[in-house]
Amino acid sequence: MAEQSGGPAGASFKRQSQAREIWRRFKKSKGALFGLVLLIVMLAVIACADFIAPYRLATKQNLAKKLAPPSIEHIFGCDSYGRDIFARVLHGGRTSLSIAVMATITSCLFGSLLGAVAGYFGKKVDSVIMRSLDIFMSVPDLLFTMAVVVALGANFINLLIALTLAYFTNYVRLVRSQVLNLSEQEYVEAAKAGGAGSVRIIASHIIPNAMGVIIVNTTLNVSKIILYESTLSFLGLGMPPPAPEWGLMLMEARAFLRTSPHLLFFPAAAIVLSACSVNLIGDGLRDALDPHLKS
Amino acid sequence: MPYRENLGDVLLNVEDLRVIYKTDLETVAAVNGVSFTIKRGKTLGLVGETGAGKTTTALSIMRLLPSTTGRILGGKAEFNGRDIMKFDDLMLRAIRGNSIAMVFQDPMTSLNPVMTVGDQIAETIETHNEKISKNEVKKRVGDILTLVGIMPQRMSEYPHQFSGGMKQRVVIAIALACEPELLIADEPTTALDVTIQAQVLNVIKELRERLGTSMLMITHDLGIVARICDDVAVMYAGEIIESGPVEDIFSPKAHHPYTAGLFDSVPDLRSDAKRLKPIPGLMPDPTNLPPGCVFAPRCSRAMDICAREHPKKTVSGAHSLACHLFGGTGA
Amino acid sequence: MYRYVVKRLLFLIPTILGVTFIIYLVMNITPGDPARALLGVSAPQADVDALNHELGYDRPFLEKYVNYVTKMFFEQDFGKSYFTKQSVFDEIWPRYIVTIKLALIGIVLSALIGIPPGILTAVKQYSLWDTIPSITAFFIAAIPAFVFGMLMLFFFSLRLNWLPSYGATSFAHYVMPTLTISIPPAAQIMRFTKSSMLEAIRQDYVRTARAKGAPERVVIWKHALMNALLPVITQIGLSLGVLICGAVVAEKLFSIPGIGSLIIDRILYKDEPIIIAGTILISICFTVVMLLVDLAYAFIDPRIKAKYTTGGGRE
Repeated sequence: MAEQSGGPAGASFKRQSQAREIWRRFKKSKGALFGLVLLIVMLAVIACADFIAPYRLATKQNLAKKLAPPSIEHIFGCDSYGRDIFARVLHGGRTSLSIAVMATITSCLFGSLLGAVAGYFGKKVDSVIMRSLDIFMSVPDLLFTMAVVVALGANFINLLIALTLAYFTNYVRLVRSQVLNLSEQEYVEAAKAGGAGSVRIIASHIIPNAMGVIIVNTTLNVSKIILYESTLSFLGLGMPPPAPEWGLMLMEARAFLRTSPHLLFFPAAAIVLSACSVNLIGDGLRDALDPHLKS
Repeated sequence: MPYRENLGDVLLNVEDLRVIYKTDLETVAAVNGVSFTIKRGKTLGLVGETGAGKTTTALSIMRLLPSTTGRILGGKAEFNGRDIMKFDDLMLRAIRGNSIAMVFQDPMTSLNPVMTVGDQIAETIETHNEKISKNEVKKRVGDILTLVGIMPQRMSEYPHQFSGGMKQRVVIAIALACEPELLIADEPTTALDVTIQAQVLNVIKELRERLGTSMLMITHDLGIVARICDDVAVMYAGEIIESGPVEDIFSPKAHHPYTAGLFDSVPDLRSDAKRLKPIPGLMPDPTNLPPGCVFAPRCSRAMDICAREHPKKTVSGAHSLACHLFGGTGA
Repeated sequence: MYRYVVKRLLFLIPTILGVTFIIYLVMNITPGDPARALLGVSAPQADVDALNHELGYDRPFLEKYVNYVTKMFFEQDFGKSYFTKQSVFDEIWPRYIVTIKLALIGIVLSALIGIPPGILTAVKQYSLWDTIPSITAFFIAAIPAFVFGMLMLFFFSLRLNWLPSYGATSFAHYVMPTLTISIPPAAQIMRFTKSSMLEAIRQDYVRTARAKGAPERVVIWKHALMNALLPVITQIGLSLGVLICGAVVAEKLFSIPGIGSLIIDRILYKDEPIIIAGTILISICFTVVMLLVDLAYAFIDPRIKAKYTTGGGRE
């Protein structure tokens, strides 16, 4: 409406007011706000990890402090090598969260691109992509990730590749169905009838309208990848030791569970809190972006 | 009420029914003090635009309003002299489907897709006849299907195997399975093709005659009213603004401007050359109704008083209307 | 109907071929030296080359793949383990049975745990019966299976001493592993059942059932539930991936001799034949269960059933 007549200024005004409207609805949900605050606090603490507890504390072994319970000096206690758990949780968070966010972005880009291509070009391209995807999805995620990690070796980049390959499939289906759905909508038909080219239609009509669903899914995917990545490192498929990682810390805690439950508690709480906060934000965004879904 | 026949004749008497829909965001005044009566063996047509509160009125009589949002604020609905609004769950279940049945607007969604149509009809019979044998039920299902013009062999088929018109016949069969005293038909033909509409309407008409059922026919189609109804009530923004026998409503005498507008906006093949006159504007926002006459904002003959004062009912014989144009002294 | 079954069964063949291809491809990205791995570092190079030639490992990739698949299908021959030098099939098969058992119990249990609270929360929406299970499910969705397993291990085994902490010899041994496997997908299934049920309750045919005078119990359990459960069946199939992930974790955590723990243990030794064979076998099981779920859906939903019934519905 206003977009047509208003030109670039009008468009940006509209986008701004739309964002404000979404924010207004988002604010209404207490859970979502709580999740947002929680996440910001956690991210801030993790970002300042170097000042709060330097990295060397996370890897420095001190057998005298082996399995020390929480104290003023080591507020989360020490692990079986006498390393400070607080520092390990902070720096582990840095690894875990950055892998989760980056893997979400790469899988989103890769999957969306493939989905858009399948949906837009249709016919043969579509059926080739979708049939391959069906077969690809017949390999359970975890096994595929294992195979990739075994074949390529465990490091940050390979982990990113493995996680991307495990999570891009959602986006292909999502974006493809959005594109198929939207290209039948009247305003897209109208744009086609008005002589707009395919790139222009995708850029100005399809992407902005599919954005809502993608954003919500992406947010919820971050938490799934946090959980998944911690599972991988628990199984010994994550970053190579002695790099601190939440899942790895829990694997190490397994043997000392009887005597030192603090080894279990703090990394587990870190995983659950981060996944919860992201989920709260995701649910809030879903309700804010699509008020129809809520009722 | 000056006009009232003796009780034995009246099957349903609705008085001052008021219903709202309440959500977190807003309160919709859907039905605002509706009163009407349906006489035994007669058909009342409830006419009005979409959103006038016709379906809400019908659902309230069945007490089937959506439980999370719908609230009946007050009023009576006396069925055979007993107020349905005071019924408990058990009593409601005993009359639903048994003495009052309803045919819904959309046959496509009104049938359970994973049950055979026979089972769906049988459910009504079994609910209200506990000691009936399986064979007896089956026989009755077959009879009812025949009655609505469907071969009894099709009772083991699923709804998706039926066409729209056939589905509506099934819905009618479900409603008539226990030979109710009152049939509420909520726009039973709106979702159907024109040719199918006529068929379904004939089925309803025939069955009504054969079973002697009274009917509340909800529609926005004046043609259906003329063909089927004995009495008419015109509804606008949750109120009945005019009511009377069908002859009175269709005769060219004093009418509520809205009723007159309704007739002017329907094409009539027999009268020539007259242009259609649609009613300008839209129905008022039900969350924020005007204080005076609800039709005043769209009324071409509105006076000063219309915006201020809610009109009282004027009665002449069986014909009553609520409009300041005719209600000099009130009733 | 049988046409549909046959069609789906036939589609299983290319799917399994595709799956084995993907896994074989990924595992061959880095060129291995199987003979060296089998014979050890001290064996003379000539022997290694000879064995590589005998095993067909000096051939092009596609030929190796065809060779592998042929042996796999017709001789159940998956090669020899680099680590134990035993036949892969003999080593894997008993563990495969254990894993399948775990996964099947997991499917049934997750449906049993997930569906009832899903229905309850939908029927009693906005009451405590809704909020408490819903919040619980929300938290479970944020707990990885292994953390859940460790918490149970800590409380039930180490603190309360109710259940054994490792092994798979008695019923008690299976309690924690199966719960570890089934709780996360159960939370998913519960959330899905809730939304599916809420959707069904709002449908017109539910109102029709009420208008018949049917008691609320029949309205909910017969009309709404029958329709709400159909999509839940598909969701159970989709939870299978989460379930298998949980099975691997549980095997590792509770030292159960299944295929998942075997693969994890052999990753350290780069025992590729075991990893490839294990991955392929689990994927095949996964594909077959997905197919069964699809078929179950088609058998239950009359709309799909009728589509494939010969002669159609009309007389």
